[in-house]
Amino acid sequence: MVSTLFLTATALPEVGPAGVIIKAVLILAVIAAIAGFGTYIERKILAFMQRRLGPQHVGPFGLLQLAADGIKLFTKEDIIPQHANKFIFAIAPVITAATAFIALAAVPVFPDFTIPFIDVFVPSIAADINVGILFVLGMMAAGLYGPLLAGMAQGNKWGIIGSARTAIQFLSYEVVTGLSILAPIMMVGSLSFVNFNDYQTDGLWLVAYQPVAFVLFLIAGFAETNRTPFDLLEHEAEVISGYVTEYSGMRWGLFFIGEYANMITIGVIASVVFLGGYNDFWIFPGWLMIIGKIAFSFFFMLWVRAAWPHVRPDQLMWLCWKVLMPLAVVNVVITGLVIML
Amino acid sequence: MYEFIAFYVFAIATTILFLITVMSKNVLYAMSALAGGMVMISGFFFLLGADFLGVVQLIVYVGAVMALYAFAMMFFDATKDIKEKHQNPSLVFLLGGLMSLLFVVMFSAPIIGDNVQALYPVVENVGVVENVGNAQAVGMVLFTKYLIPFEVAALMLLVAMIAGIILAGKKMDYSLTKCEAIDEEMDIEAITENEKGEA
Repeated sequence: MVSTLFLTATALPEVGPAGVIIKAVLILAVIAAIAGFGTYIERKILAFMQRRLGPQHVGPFGLLQLAADGIKLFTKEDIIPQHANKFIFAIAPVITAATAFIALAAVPVFPDFTIPFIDVFVPSIAADINVGILFVLGMMAAGLYGPLLAGMAQGNKWGIIGSARTAIQFLSYEVVTGLSILAPIMMVGSLSFVNFNDYQTDGLWLVAYQPVAFVLFLIAGFAETNRTPFDLLEHEAEVISGYVTEYSGMRWGLFFIGEYANMITIGVIASVVFLGGYNDFWIFPGWLMIIGKIAFSFFFMLWVRAAWPHVRPDQLMWLCWKVLMPLAVVNVVITGLVIML
Repeated sequence: MYEFIAFYVFAIATTILFLITVMSKNVLYAMSALAGGMVMISGFFFLLGADFLGVVQLIVYVGAVMALYAFAMMFFDATKDIKEKHQNPSLVFLLGGLMSLLFVVMFSAPIIGDNVQALYPVVENVGVVENVGNAQAVGMVLFTKYLIPFEVAALMLLVAMIAGIILAGKKMDYSLTKCEAIDEEMDIEAITENEKGEA
């Protein structure tokens, strides 16, 4: 405890509990809003790309569709199958949502700022542990338990096939995520997101030095958030809905929220590690830049979903172990050589 | 003050979760409790200021080891209770005795513990060298004092990896979905089953 306090409190204004709480509420509000509103944006953008109209009946431009969906989810009958393990079945969606939000605790979203009149310093990061990147990756790895336990507890064959696919996909692509982000870590020499941001304050964005790592990270990020080229976990034509087959109502909604929060987390990591973080850029202030970057990566995921069909399971494994992982290792080796010489 | 409260919360949670792991007859409960206990243990590392080790505990035990256990458990029905067989009571007796001995040692450890000193205390290092993080401190010790154990561990992992590839690598060079031999086998099975049905 002593050492953490000592390490984090160097040359910064006092980080009071009020600041941390404000930050946590800010992150939760922003992320929950984006995650909720994301479903509407996703449907509208997909509709636009496919020359449809999308939701338009509830409210102006269908903006209240979100509220209608929420009411539907909350009032739906909550069914627990007869032969399911009830306790584990109930706790699995909570694990997914909780790990997704815990991961956000160590992610910087806005720059440091001080609220003017009450003079409260709000740090850029809710919990500045100096191994932030590892913590976020570890928490996303722990998020695997949601789908895994859900599939095993529901006593449904489609569910267990879906969760087996989840386990394979997450475990494989975690390797690529870790290795691809290792090269920027070697360049910056720190595991703290704040140091990553500061490293890019004056120079070029890290994506200029590490384009391969960036592309690998994005691909692995798509796989870890279960987005379209790799959405084999709940592909309707093959495994009904995968691990969410037996879920209904708000329990299903929790899986959904967790998935959207993970999309945002991947977006934040990509923007802070590779795309310059929350630094000011030309005339744009830092907070606007980071929102713009996160929004772009969110849009990018929807764009890819509209543009590409999904791959087969064997293609997925081939891509991970025979293409991406060797590329990531070669990238790490080359980065190491360049740093040494 | 907060450390004490947090320590007791983590300690009680860890003990309860691991007790569930041992006592429960349901595989699913045992597995989830073990994973939860691993998370709680990482809490101790964070309390002691060893952020890096805490996160490594999370990634390695929760993310990798337990996930592999869980994956192995998909091959049988996890919702049923297991009937345990107690064939060897003397073994149970021996293990119980050893465990109680271990408890005596653990509870008397604080008496010996006063004499134990950390060889590379991180907190003091921070005072000397500016900005030495957790990961750096671990790295310094690993690459100076414990270099040989570190390399030996790396070698062992390499051996394990090669063995794993060899064990799993049979028939790796052609696709199972396109495999004609398996198709033929399935055809033969289907034919024999049809014949059985007709007979």
